[in-house]
Amino acid sequence: MTVIGWLQIILFCAIIVALTKPLGWYMTRVFGGERTFLSPVLRPIEAGVYWISGVDEKREQHWLTYTVAMLLFHVGGFLIIYGVMRLQAVLPFNPAGQGAVAEDLSFNTAVSFITNTNWQNYGGESTLSYLVQMLGLTPQNFLSAATGIALAMALIRGFSRASMRTVGNFWVDVTRCTLYVLLPICVVYTLFLVWQGMPQTLGPYIEATTLEGARQTIAVGPVASQVAIKMLGTNGGGFFNANAAHPFENPTALSNFVQMLSIFALGAAMTNVFGRMVGNQRQGWAILSVMGVLFVAGVAITYWAEANGTSMLHALGLTGGNMEGKEVRFGIVASSLFAVVTTAASCGAVNAMHDSFTALGGMIPLINIELGEIIVGGVGAGMYGMLLFVILAIFVAGLMVGRTPEYVGKKIEAREVKMAMLAILVLPLMILGWTAVGVVYPAAVASTANAGPHGFTEVLYAFTSATGNNGSAFAGLTGNTFFYNLTLASAMFVGRFFMIVPAMAIAGSLAEKKSIPPSTGTFPTTGGLFVGLVVGVILIMGGLTFFPALALGPIVEHLAMNAGNLF
Amino acid sequence: MDTTKLQKRAAVSAMLDPKIVMPAIRASFTKLDPRLMVKNPVMFVVEIVAALTTVIFLRDIITGGSGLGFTFQIIVWLWFTVLFANFAEAVAEGRGKAQAESLRKTRTESQAKLLTGAGRAFKMVPGTSLKVGDIVLVEAGDTIPSDGEVIEGVASVNEAAITGESAPVIRESGGDRSAVTGGTQVLSDWIRVRITAAQGSTFIDRMIKLVEGAERQKTPNEIALNILLAGLTIIFVFATVTIPSYAAYAGGSISVIVLVALFVTLIPTTIGALLSAIGIAGMDRLVRFNVLAMSGRAVEAAGDVDTLLLDKTGTITLGNRQATAFRPVRGVTEQELADAAQLASLADETPEGRSIVVLAKEKYGIRGRDMAELGATFIPFTAQTRMSGVDAGGSSVRKGAVDAMLNYVGGGAPLAVASGNAARAIQPAALSDLGREIQTIADEISKAGGTPLAVARDGKLLGVIQLKDIVKGGIRERFAELRRMGIRTIMITGDNPMTAAAIAAEAGVDDFLAQATPEDKLKLIRDEQAKGKLVAMCGDGTNDAPALAQADVGVAMNTGTQAAREAGNMVDLDSNPTKLIEVVEIGKQLLMTRGALTTFSIANDVAKYFAIIPAMFLAFYPQLNVLNVMNLSSPQSAILSAIIFNALIIIALIPLALKGVAYRAVGAGALLRRNLLIYGLGGIVIPFIGIKAIDLVVTALHLA
Repeated sequence: MTVIGWLQIILFCAIIVALTKPLGWYMTRVFGGERTFLSPVLRPIEAGVYWISGVDEKREQHWLTYTVAMLLFHVGGFLIIYGVMRLQAVLPFNPAGQGAVAEDLSFNTAVSFITNTNWQNYGGESTLSYLVQMLGLTPQNFLSAATGIALAMALIRGFSRASMRTVGNFWVDVTRCTLYVLLPICVVYTLFLVWQGMPQTLGPYIEATTLEGARQTIAVGPVASQVAIKMLGTNGGGFFNANAAHPFENPTALSNFVQMLSIFALGAAMTNVFGRMVGNQRQGWAILSVMGVLFVAGVAITYWAEANGTSMLHALGLTGGNMEGKEVRFGIVASSLFAVVTTAASCGAVNAMHDSFTALGGMIPLINIELGEIIVGGVGAGMYGMLLFVILAIFVAGLMVGRTPEYVGKKIEAREVKMAMLAILVLPLMILGWTAVGVVYPAAVASTANAGPHGFTEVLYAFTSATGNNGSAFAGLTGNTFFYNLTLASAMFVGRFFMIVPAMAIAGSLAEKKSIPPSTGTFPTTGGLFVGLVVGVILIMGGLTFFPALALGPIVEHLAMNAGNLF
Repeated sequence: MDTTKLQKRAAVSAMLDPKIVMPAIRASFTKLDPRLMVKNPVMFVVEIVAALTTVIFLRDIITGGSGLGFTFQIIVWLWFTVLFANFAEAVAEGRGKAQAESLRKTRTESQAKLLTGAGRAFKMVPGTSLKVGDIVLVEAGDTIPSDGEVIEGVASVNEAAITGESAPVIRESGGDRSAVTGGTQVLSDWIRVRITAAQGSTFIDRMIKLVEGAERQKTPNEIALNILLAGLTIIFVFATVTIPSYAAYAGGSISVIVLVALFVTLIPTTIGALLSAIGIAGMDRLVRFNVLAMSGRAVEAAGDVDTLLLDKTGTITLGNRQATAFRPVRGVTEQELADAAQLASLADETPEGRSIVVLAKEKYGIRGRDMAELGATFIPFTAQTRMSGVDAGGSSVRKGAVDAMLNYVGGGAPLAVASGNAARAIQPAALSDLGREIQTIADEISKAGGTPLAVARDGKLLGVIQLKDIVKGGIRERFAELRRMGIRTIMITGDNPMTAAAIAAEAGVDDFLAQATPEDKLKLIRDEQAKGKLVAMCGDGTNDAPALAQADVGVAMNTGTQAAREAGNMVDLDSNPTKLIEVVEIGKQLLMTRGALTTFSIANDVAKYFAIIPAMFLAFYPQLNVLNVMNLSSPQSAILSAIIFNALIIIALIPLALKGVAYRAVGAGALLRRNLLIYGLGGIVIPFIGIKAIDLVVTALHLA
């Protein structure tokens, strides 16, 4: 570990914290329907969208209506992606002449993109036409991100409102999020990336002759525009198979740093939106602190593990850290930080292969996702995921102050606990359940690249990533098989929607409750005690759920390695 | 609170009383009935796995499996876990049962004198045959057959059966002391009672059911907690049932009994076992304070109370105002005023009236006079005139509220009696001067927290009697404590705002409602509730009933009317309004105990993982022995120690569950920090020590 390395990490954290407040202020205004500096340009477009689609923006929805609207919206998204993938051979913008995508792969990919997972069982440049990338995938990158934020807004409204039956209007929230937040940032961001050297073209792949005289096809395409939203919306689906490790998808150290920032920016800002809406920004900072503590701890462990390398490498005379699977342009610190950021935030873009990390270094990304993608988390999704854990933490410990637990003025009662438990049950059910199948079902076991605990971790990581809607791959696992296409799709689907519906039920139930003014008898939720408590509950809940699996995967691998066994 | 009474009741509830423990042990087994167990999801699951492993064990005995001794021990401890949980519940119930038993003894089969006509003709019928609306006669020595309302007569009643207080109380028709309780005994005189409760639903019947826990329903918070525990149980189902598959991948296998041991130690059995005991003990604690909660929900709500409405009289101040000074107007001596005041109060039996007579005697040496000798007639206080007095020998003396008296001497109110002198014309200018002087004195008294009573003789104002409320000793500290708990206190009084403000300041309440009518009280409660606050109050009169019903926690005084007792969700048998504060504390304690034991239970799991996981996988991943931080001697002993600890901790925590976590009136933050340290951090550390200690014993005894 180096001072420069730590400075980079500190700088990253500082910029995120600095962005949180202004972005939070802006987003609060956008979702509150107030004027912003972009309104003169965008307001007519917004009004036009409502006029065409027949949406009454003044009319708010009950949580159930809101949820049904969201689900219908996703059914449409699914059909479009599935359709264009199956039909891409006969559709335009296919200069590379890609054939129709297989049924199971199309299914997996469609689910992957509507759930904001962007797990890629396909190789972008070798499977998909420009049209599929642009018409099928890029819109979902926007819309699944906008959906996540919209849902978080609905839950936040549940907390901030009192005695109301509605939680907002899904169509309005998604439209505003896309128009006022995602699109403007992406336009500027895309230009920046192009400036950094990223391709943005609809032209065909380039045929080049190398210095040795060999002919080489260089894949290009509308990369920059897709990368912008892939990062900002924590989608993570790379234009190229190598994702952010590909020089065209991550040309410079600066682009790398900005990409990391853009993964966290909106998720972190949501905490400020929460604070503003419940009338006390410190509530938001407390949540961000919970995320921050877990994040910094994760970065420290991964960076330490990677920078120290392994005893086996040292025995071979290789001093320094573990560089296997890392882009030399980025090195250990940028790769470690990227790995933790992308898994903490449900993004899933990678600039290094997590499979090649040391056992402990690779365990942190795994844990990040297993905790429920709540360390900043996917845009919006991280916020509502975190609030579910806060509800549980408050419920258990809040009783210890001798009152029915309450959070930001709302009583946490049976219904909230039930829904939060239902949502959290999804994690062990999908991750542990499918892993148990995956490690014994022969056709599935054949997909692993390594034996022993490492192979186990590959399977565990795949289902973890899918359930957490992260989408990053541990690599090593061959995912494009019938078994994995279907099981991972189910994990992604359940991991997204079986979490959303209970979260929305909570939003509805909270909105109907009265708001209780705080007193000295109220559980304080802005201080260090609260932060420590929530961190503790998250770690203990996650630890208790996944400890056996982790023990049999990365932990035993690490111990075996120290004893001289590799897998 | 009467301490001897407390001790008496506490003695009945001693936990280690064999009278409670022996039936509880028996009940531990009868409660194994799955139909009863299913109400407690966590322990039900333990029972199921215990039964399943027993079946597997029996099969293995027949087929001849290996390691049967170890399996047997695990199974024994699984059953112990369930039995200990049942025992905890049975002990908690046993304490109530003992009280119910003593109540039941009072409910003897009595004969009732059912009135058959308008006169005193009656026929004897069995008490059980009475219907609501029947009118019975109860005479000295009779037991009141059922709950009812006194419609005629006055009697002294021994209510020791329900209150434990042997001093008799007066029950009379009309007013706020008209309710009588079935099973209590009339000591003197007679009353006519209209029956208001059918057999089986009388106050004592309800009390028996409550303390026995027969009709115990889960409270909202308990339901929520049960959901959490069930959810955790399901998570651990996933965590354990997937392990064999993982082990198979690694080329090993895990026996069912080890998996079961891991599962049972992980699920929150500690809190699952003690949850209902905590609830029952909470109710029981109230009963020992002589407060009956009609539902567990009310006890829970008490912990959440944000605003406490307290009646001034009897709660904040000593029941009675006392005369402390005579303040004459110019030209009148104190002696003259004292004389008139004493005369006006001679027949006034109210405590205020008596205190005037006492003051006149002690300070001015004015002797008591006999009304009959003076040929005086008493003019009683009415709500319309708001004054009282005496007419004697052509002279009339009146005392009353200042505004009423000003009105009276001003000629606004017609004179009640014919009196030559009283008809004397009063000069308007003189009145306004005199009136202004009276008003000034009255204001001074009010500002100091006193109540002024103006005195007039023959239509001429003589001066003002100063009555003063005596604030109860120590009440100020109690309010400070409540403030630290985050509870706002509001004093309710019929006094004028100035007097109210002075007393409020002296007592240290946060706010007050002066000149309060029952409607004002109801409105105040509604307003507070609209702000999202929970309101507690106590009351006794019929006009308190709407407010008692509206309040989230309404404590009715046992001396109160039937209407008030029906409207409240708690009844204070001692009729001590200050007790509301204890009720709040008990509610808080109940919630805290639940939270503390839940936290403890979940925190325990960390150590159990470190005991069992290395032991489980040691056969195929010996490297994992690094995780055996407790250095337990063998895999078997590690697993056995964990499950023994898991069972014994239930027994160890029963006293805490019954007694409740100590509540201190400090801010929520300090309270949380303290409890997190004890039950959170303690919950992580204690099992490491406990499991290690048990492991040493298990190894020494060669059990594994």
